[in-house]
Amino acid sequence: MNTGLDLENSFNEILKGFGLSSELAHIIWIPLPMLLVLVSAVVGVLVTVWLERKISAAAQQRIGPEYAGALGVLQPIADGLKLLVKEDVIPAKADSILFTAGPILVLVPVILSWLIVPFGQNLLISNVGIGIFLWIALSSIQPIGLLMSGYASNNKYSLLGGLRAAAQSISYEIPLALSVLAVVLMTNSLSTVDIVNQQSGAGILSWNIWRQPFGFIIFWICALAECERLPFDLPEAEEELVAGYQTEYAGMKFALFYLGSYINLILSALLVSILYLGGWGFPIPVEIIAKVFNLPINAPVIQIFTASIGIIMTILKAYLLVFLAILLRWTTPRVRIDQLLDLGWKFLLPISLANLLLTAGLKLALPQFFGG
Amino acid sequence: MSIAVTTQIVCFSVLSLVIIIGALGVILLESIVYSAFLLGGVFLSVAGLYLLLNASFVAAAQVLVYVGAVNVLIIFAIMLVNKKEDLKPIDNLKSRRVISTSICLTLLSLLIRVDLSKIWGLASPDTSIGEESTIRIGEHLFSDYLLPFEVASVLLLMAMIGAIVLARRDV
Repeated sequence: MNTGLDLENSFNEILKGFGLSSELAHIIWIPLPMLLVLVSAVVGVLVTVWLERKISAAAQQRIGPEYAGALGVLQPIADGLKLLVKEDVIPAKADSILFTAGPILVLVPVILSWLIVPFGQNLLISNVGIGIFLWIALSSIQPIGLLMSGYASNNKYSLLGGLRAAAQSISYEIPLALSVLAVVLMTNSLSTVDIVNQQSGAGILSWNIWRQPFGFIIFWICALAECERLPFDLPEAEEELVAGYQTEYAGMKFALFYLGSYINLILSALLVSILYLGGWGFPIPVEIIAKVFNLPINAPVIQIFTASIGIIMTILKAYLLVFLAILLRWTTPRVRIDQLLDLGWKFLLPISLANLLLTAGLKLALPQFFGG
Repeated sequence: MSIAVTTQIVCFSVLSLVIIIGALGVILLESIVYSAFLLGGVFLSVAGLYLLLNASFVAAAQVLVYVGAVNVLIIFAIMLVNKKEDLKPIDNLKSRRVISTSICLTLLSLLIRVDLSKIWGLASPDTSIGEESTIRIGEHLFSDYLLPFEVASVLLLMAMIGAIVLARRDV
């Protein structure tokens, strides 16, 4: 089941044509996909920031950014430049080492998680066997960075914000992992590529959302909570905590938090689309379309076509979810901290356990529908 | 020497250095907050060592359990009760330190002895299972290691009930 473009192989072949050894070609290849993914993640953040500004403006009946480029598309770049040239202040009584390490520890695991996001059969950095488990493990590092920056700021609002962020992150990680586990149970594999392939049989009808409706909702709620998006943005609730753990930060260090939270939002949207919405799959399987028009599925032109459809579908699904997240942010009120923890521990955790049990039972009873 | 082997050696030496220096920092630093954060770094480097051994599932589990759960809870507890107070000076501090150092050195020599006397069966690259290890671990957990696995869960349950009893004494 190894269809689709294999860019790495063709790249290596070209370099070998220039007389390089295959080992050297591999070393030249390694940084390329990483760089590409990093750049696309940052561009994705710029797009999301622009969307956030425009949609929030529409929700509040304003115009939003207007003069920086057409429809204000250059506004996020202006924001980024402003943060870049701002003075980097470290408060005198803050712990400068931990203060600097905090934002880095928050950002690095998020970027590392992009390792497993597939845009096509071979279009991902690394198809590691532990796939989705790697993301769950990496996202558990983030609370340490939040606690670190909250503590190092030497400010009571920062400390409270850091503690809240860590508590929230710990409570919502468990139902998140349990709902992922139900999907993994149906796939018999942790690899993200296998998870998408398992949903590619009958187009939109075989997507996991129909087989895992509860899992989808639990995952989405938990993902919003992990990203600290508005119904759950307790850690930086500005009326109570100024800006939570970000209060003392300025310039590039603040930009790292900002970047981290938006990259995390896009990553969560991508993972929802991979786990529940068929990943790179078109609503009607490309194989069937090719058969209708009598096109050879393995011809190079068709392969490039299917690969671009895959990339477009992945990004489209992810951005539909980002749009939903932004709408939720500007239309829902914030929950209280006790409601937040109640929802996590007393509602989502039992429901996700029941969902896992139900999935296991259905897998045994109806193996042809739930992956035997 | 091929590039892969060189990379492995460089990674191994960096990780070992971080583990040793970090672990020394955990016990020698005065500030308990620094110790806790360094402990997280040591756990992460141990996960890196597992990765070098091709045990990616164990590495991810190490990060999830030790860094994501144990270390976060340690830091959490430290920050919730973080008040500065002058501790009472302990009498005979020097002799206490000498005794604990000698006990630790004895344990260390025991470990070194075990390390030198056992012949370690190194898996050759052909027999290592790599990505399949997740499946193997699952099979073992549900066949020959079933009893220890279940007993561990009873232990965790007991700890949880104990925590509830301690936290809600008034009920």
